[in-house]
Amino acid sequence: MSTFTAPAGAVSNGAVAAKATDLTKVYGEGETKVVALDHVSVEFRQAEYTAIMGPSGSGKSTLMHCMAGLDTVSGGSARIGETELTGLGDKKLTQLRRDRVGFIFQTFNLLPTLNALENIRLPMDIAGRKPDPEWLDRVMATVGLGGRLKHRPAQLSGGQQQRVAVARALASRPDIIFGDEPTGNLDSRAGAEVLGFLRNSVRELGQTVVMVTHDPVAAGYADRVVFLADGRVVDDMPNPTAESVLEHMKRYDAKGRTS
Amino acid sequence: MLKTALRNVLAHKARLLMTTLAVLLGVAFVSGTLVFTATLSEAFQRSSEKGLTHVDLAVQPDDDTDAAETGPGDADDLGQDLLDATAALPGVASATGEVSGFAALADKDGDLVGAGWDTRGANYYAGTDGTGTDARHPLTEGRAPRAAGEIALDSATAERTGYRIGDTARVSVDGPVREETVTGIFTTEDGTVAAGGSLVLFDTATAQELFTAPGEYSRITLQAADGATQQDLKDAVAPLLPEDAEAITGQQLAADQAEEIEQQTSGMRTALLAFAGISLFVGVFIIANTFTMLVAQRTRELALLRAVGASRRQVTRSVLIEALVVGTVAGVTGFAAGIGIAAGLRSLMDAFDVTIPEGPLIVDGTAVLASLIVGIVVTVLAAYLPARRAAKIPPVAAMSSIHAAPTARRMVVRTTIGAVVALGGGALVVAGIGSGDKGATMGLGAALLVIGVFILTPLLSRPVIAAAAPLLRLFGVSGKLARRNAVRNPRRTAATASALMIGLTLITGITVIADSMAKSIDKMATESLRSDYVVSMANFSPLSPEVEETLAARPEVTDITGLSMSPALIADDSDERYLTGVNGAAIGELTNLDFEAGSFEGLSGENAVVDTDTAEDLGLGLGDTFPVRYEDGTAGSLTVSGLYEGNEMIRGVILDDAALDPHMERVTDFQVMLRTADGASEEARSALEAALGDNPAVLVQDKEDVSEDIAFMFTLLLNMLYALLAMAVIVAVLGVINTLAMSVFERRQEIGMLRAIGLQRRGTKRMVRLESVVIALFGGVLGVGLGVFFGWAVGEMLRDYLTTYELVLPWGRMAVFLGLAALVGVLAALWPARRAARMNMLEAIKTE
Repeated sequence: MSTFTAPAGAVSNGAVAAKATDLTKVYGEGETKVVALDHVSVEFRQAEYTAIMGPSGSGKSTLMHCMAGLDTVSGGSARIGETELTGLGDKKLTQLRRDRVGFIFQTFNLLPTLNALENIRLPMDIAGRKPDPEWLDRVMATVGLGGRLKHRPAQLSGGQQQRVAVARALASRPDIIFGDEPTGNLDSRAGAEVLGFLRNSVRELGQTVVMVTHDPVAAGYADRVVFLADGRVVDDMPNPTAESVLEHMKRYDAKGRTS
Repeated sequence: MLKTALRNVLAHKARLLMTTLAVLLGVAFVSGTLVFTATLSEAFQRSSEKGLTHVDLAVQPDDDTDAAETGPGDADDLGQDLLDATAALPGVASATGEVSGFAALADKDGDLVGAGWDTRGANYYAGTDGTGTDARHPLTEGRAPRAAGEIALDSATAERTGYRIGDTARVSVDGPVREETVTGIFTTEDGTVAAGGSLVLFDTATAQELFTAPGEYSRITLQAADGATQQDLKDAVAPLLPEDAEAITGQQLAADQAEEIEQQTSGMRTALLAFAGISLFVGVFIIANTFTMLVAQRTRELALLRAVGASRRQVTRSVLIEALVVGTVAGVTGFAAGIGIAAGLRSLMDAFDVTIPEGPLIVDGTAVLASLIVGIVVTVLAAYLPARRAAKIPPVAAMSSIHAAPTARRMVVRTTIGAVVALGGGALVVAGIGSGDKGATMGLGAALLVIGVFILTPLLSRPVIAAAAPLLRLFGVSGKLARRNAVRNPRRTAATASALMIGLTLITGITVIADSMAKSIDKMATESLRSDYVVSMANFSPLSPEVEETLAARPEVTDITGLSMSPALIADDSDERYLTGVNGAAIGELTNLDFEAGSFEGLSGENAVVDTDTAEDLGLGLGDTFPVRYEDGTAGSLTVSGLYEGNEMIRGVILDDAALDPHMERVTDFQVMLRTADGASEEARSALEAALGDNPAVLVQDKEDVSEDIAFMFTLLLNMLYALLAMAVIVAVLGVINTLAMSVFERRQEIGMLRAIGLQRRGTKRMVRLESVVIALFGGVLGVGLGVFFGWAVGEMLRDYLTTYELVLPWGRMAVFLGLAALVGVLAALWPARRAARMNMLEAIKTE
């Protein structure tokens, strides 16, 4: 397994934004028992852009859901910063997601009744907080929606909608942003834009991003790729490129077929 | 397609539950009404037939004879001579002379037994020689009353009151209290008793003195001997009949009574069915809304069916079959529920001491058929438009998730049509006020206005709900999202709110009308009177002149008059009118009437005052003399000494008692008005009541009591109407629940996202609840607004009949109705909000 080194060009100070220790997630019981996560231990460092990859059923989405406080865990520990998520009630978990976690979904998930700006400010509205205007301006400048802030989601293209979603995730300046196949519903050009924004938000705004994807091109934008298979971390690749990721996947594919 | 449709019903059974319930409630109302009224009718008919078992022929006054020919007033005497003559006729086994009238009975605590008109008095007919037995009233205990001071009681009343043989009971027929000894207890098939009333029997002479006149009967009944038919008796009696009396066979009497009962119950049935219709009408909105939502949710599925080759007709039919299944289920269960309601109503009436004669629950074919037809027809008709819309989904919609939104042009067309219909309706309502066509124009206008508002409701939803924004802002992001959600599908919101609007329009309308009427009648009753007290019998039956005499003798009474009424023919008019006899010297002090000419001054002798309407009818002016034919047949003439503005309380021709009394067959007052030296007070009232022997059958009321009575009557009426309209509101609540549940289901991905980015369960619940409250209040505001308008319009029309009419806007009550609408919103949201809050986030945000 390769060594964990800080990628060149990143501003990561090495502090841990989120951490899984022996994280286990089991669905069902007895005959129908499925182990989605099997003692997974992994760290996500601050101001680092991590991609989680793996074949369908490898547990990559489950890992993200558990780390983000969307799902409960069966064993082990999941932490955001110093906060242990296991054992937190729904209320506390919801508050944690609201204040410290950002989300980007594959299907954008914007509220059709709110315009772009209102969607971006939604997490702050929910918290009943005023957004930091300076930060908000920077976020807007980064995602570059320009004159479309008063538009409803239905009036925006898929790429624009996802940029709004990215801005929404960034707006509350969370400790960590989780993306679930954020480019899955976009064409390659729009996808590239969104991935660029995510990288910029890490490089320029110092945000921490963890993204689940099965697209090697998307993973190539990350600082680091964590590979999962059968509910276990099988590899951890720093400074990936689309080619190296693809190469890696082919190797695993071949291994999987021969073994 | 049938299989697809059935599978859909099963798949959506949770979502169809509310729809089914809505139809079911309406159907239950219909079948409950039909079963209950049939049961009631049957029970009363049986009881009336039983009461006629001893009657083969009845000789009674003929109400239909022309007053112009036979003179005003009652029939000629049904005297002892006639009774004896009929008894002697061939084929007559026995003849009974009946005397009956109102008799109030006090229980041992001095309170009135029954509700006034349920307590009757009659004679125990012991034959011509006074030694026979009365077959109608077989005695179970003691003996028959034989002389004044003795009575017999029916066994149910005896049991209820605890009176036994030898007890002294207080009875009052026309005011004065009578102390009577109970000598006998009897059983009877009498209809009054079967319906929960009481019957007091006197000996025949006393009964005649109390109810008719010595030697006179109110009815003579004959029983046929073996071999003689009822027709034989009728033929035999015919030559003996007095001029305005008639002979009716027992069969005819039974048929007449059956018809009368049928008429009464059919009136009740029609009224109840009207309310059932309102509930069903509300249900239509909910069904249409549900199917619209189901079709919208299944757009892809239906497009896929079209893509693989289903025709438009097949798609329409598949939706209609779903509706048919829902309608059938609702019809059958609703019918069963209706039988339950009918049975429950019976027990409920028992619990309220309203006795219905014994009888089985009548469930006939009409009820079965009506329930099924109503359930199915209403559901299928309501689902027709959504079904048509389903067929219009293009096959290509299977490929994309974008639904075609109503185009701007169609919205403009809709606005225009809605505005034209609503304005036209409103104009017709206003035009109907003075049209004098008894509300036909207004009814049409009202229907049009309501339809126009239905069409406009989707458009109104935005501005009206926007007005609530400042309030919703208090609830932060939940309030904001609730407001946006409420207007995101204006048609759905409109249909849901309209369902509630219907009920609230009616509730507000009748409240405005009833409150205004109560106020104006109260005003009329109290403003035209200057008397401190009005004395009358509890059931407004006639008072004996003794009452006036007794009260006049009291030192504190300064002015007093009895008001008596006597039928008469006046001038050359062929219609019977009533003369009112008063104490001419006191009446001016006791009333407050506007005189156009003349006054009560000099109301004595042959003078009379006439209200302006009557004067106009008869072409009379001040100083004119007109001929009168009195009740007893004598002719006379009266001179107009005053023309006054009549009202509901006092109208017609008024003359002095001294002129009228000699012509009256039986001198009675329907009420006595008086003033006391120190005005109305508790002491004065107690003194007056004591003077009348503390008789529970006599009411001594001051103006406040009269006002309270009027208010009570209207409150009672309103409460009954509220109870009936409550069903429409309940159905509307089901509609709100349904809309919310389906909206929550449709928006589960959004809700999942909101929860993921940090909206607490509480906030999620609040969002759904506020949306519900907003929709409900929207319906409430429209309903109250329309209700006030209709109330005002109907009131303006009533002004023609009710001169003192004045619009009363019940602000407090209207606030309560809006509060009720908000409460409806909160209650309806309970379950959907819970569902939204409990939703599994991960499944909700998972991509399809």
